[in-house]
Amino acid sequence: MIKLTSVCKEYAKGGFALRDVSLHVKKGEFVFLTGHSGSGKSTTMRLAHMADHPTSGELRVTGYSSDRITRRALWKIRRRVGFVFQDFRLLPGRTALENISFVLEVTGTPRMNIVPRAQRLLTKVGLTPKAGALVHELSGGEQQRVSIARALANSPYVLLADEPTGNLDDRATDGVMDLFWDINANGMAVLMATHDLELVRRYPHARVLELDHGRLVYDSAAA
Amino acid sequence: MRVYSSWTTAGSFTTRPPPRGGRMYAIRDALRAFQRAPVLTGLASAMVGFALFVVGLFALATYNLQLALSVIEDRVEIAVYLRDNARQSEIDLAQSELGDIPEVRTVRFISKRQALARAREELPEFSQLFRDLEVNPLPQSLEVELLPGERSRNVVEKISAAAMGYPFVEDARYGREWVDRLFALRRIGAATTVAMGSAFALVAVLIIGTALRIAIFARREEIYVMRLVGATSGFIRRPFLIEGAIAGLLGGGLAWLMTWATYRGVYAFLFEVAWIPPVWILAGLASGAVFGAFASTLAIGRHLREV
Repeated sequence: MIKLTSVCKEYAKGGFALRDVSLHVKKGEFVFLTGHSGSGKSTTMRLAHMADHPTSGELRVTGYSSDRITRRALWKIRRRVGFVFQDFRLLPGRTALENISFVLEVTGTPRMNIVPRAQRLLTKVGLTPKAGALVHELSGGEQQRVSIARALANSPYVLLADEPTGNLDDRATDGVMDLFWDINANGMAVLMATHDLELVRRYPHARVLELDHGRLVYDSAAA
Repeated sequence: MRVYSSWTTAGSFTTRPPPRGGRMYAIRDALRAFQRAPVLTGLASAMVGFALFVVGLFALATYNLQLALSVIEDRVEIAVYLRDNARQSEIDLAQSELGDIPEVRTVRFISKRQALARAREELPEFSQLFRDLEVNPLPQSLEVELLPGERSRNVVEKISAAAMGYPFVEDARYGREWVDRLFALRRIGAATTVAMGSAFALVAVLIIGTALRIAIFARREEIYVMRLVGATSGFIRRPFLIEGAIAGLLGGGLAWLMTWATYRGVYAFLFEVAWIPPVWILAGLASGAVFGAFASTLAIGRHLREV
């Protein structure tokens, strides 16, 4: 699904965000990517949906190599990789349903299928009653569920989540984590970046990767 | 084989191709932008309108200056004075040969009697003098009228020289000083038009670009999400391109209205002016739309590179 081989990422102003990182997130895996602030988690997540390119090394995402893919063809990867943010990044002034419909519309879903499909996705994340609510009327946990439903709209191969529980209280965090596990139990790979080690410990079956100053210092699969 | 049946609503592992048509979406989305943020898009159109209004005023002034110059230019003609002993057959031949020169529109023969009648009519203060004459002192002549656009000094000099080649021609006059001044004025007018017109157009482009960049900046989250979920660049760009063209067109329309109102005001209260030709107006509207689309394309490119 996602494979980094000896990847280095250098900042434009100098200094390294990642140094010689090799990791492989396989099909159906649930992987936590942990580390302190500035350890390289977000850079790894950006590389994982090719929002950025490595300075050296090889990066492959859902079969596409960063060396070969052109900017014009990035859409192919983006439809295979769902992305969930800490701050949700939903479109303000639109309802939950409209946020999901928007994604379906801009990725070419036939018009007649858009609303039924968006409703199905909202049902799956348990938000049917809130379909018509504007996103600012929803709680943090609910907004994150909309964001997850949106990430699933393209039926991706892998779901990336960058600190998805960072802005949520414990109860909402549990709800969102249950949702991720449910998604993963159905076969979708999940790569979740978090600095919350307490949260990571609650899921002992997940694979854990730890970054420190841009280096991969721990991989539970290798331990 | 993919197994996440409960999470995949498409039921297919293959990536859907980018929406090929997408034109209807682009038009719908462009119109929705006006609906969703009427103030912002209205402001963008107004800014485009004011920018093009300045260009419109300049066009109005330039057009009227051109008209004034062409009226003066129409008066440029060559008077070929003939000796009294010239035979009519020679005069007819000269009239025909001069008329065959490509730059010449007409050659009129003015007899001595016609010249006197015209002088009496045009100079009434000397009517008594003209009446008391025993001999008509005015010469017969050929009046050479040139085609529009052919009234330059070179052409006038060439035809004068040709006329002077006939032995029965006394003199050929065209008011050298007058023609020189006229063409100097035209050169200054043309240089001013090019320089100021380019400056106004450049300012208009910058204002239009800035206005649309603001409108696009307000929708950067939308662009980000579209890019993130796999909308193609063309698909993202198209609605903004249409939105820019519509804003430019509306701005062009507004500029036209304001220029027309100014024209009416000047006509009613200051002096008589002519309204600019329809083709100029169409060109203004079209340039508004093109500038709008172009500025949008440039502005959106930056956001597309972010993700």
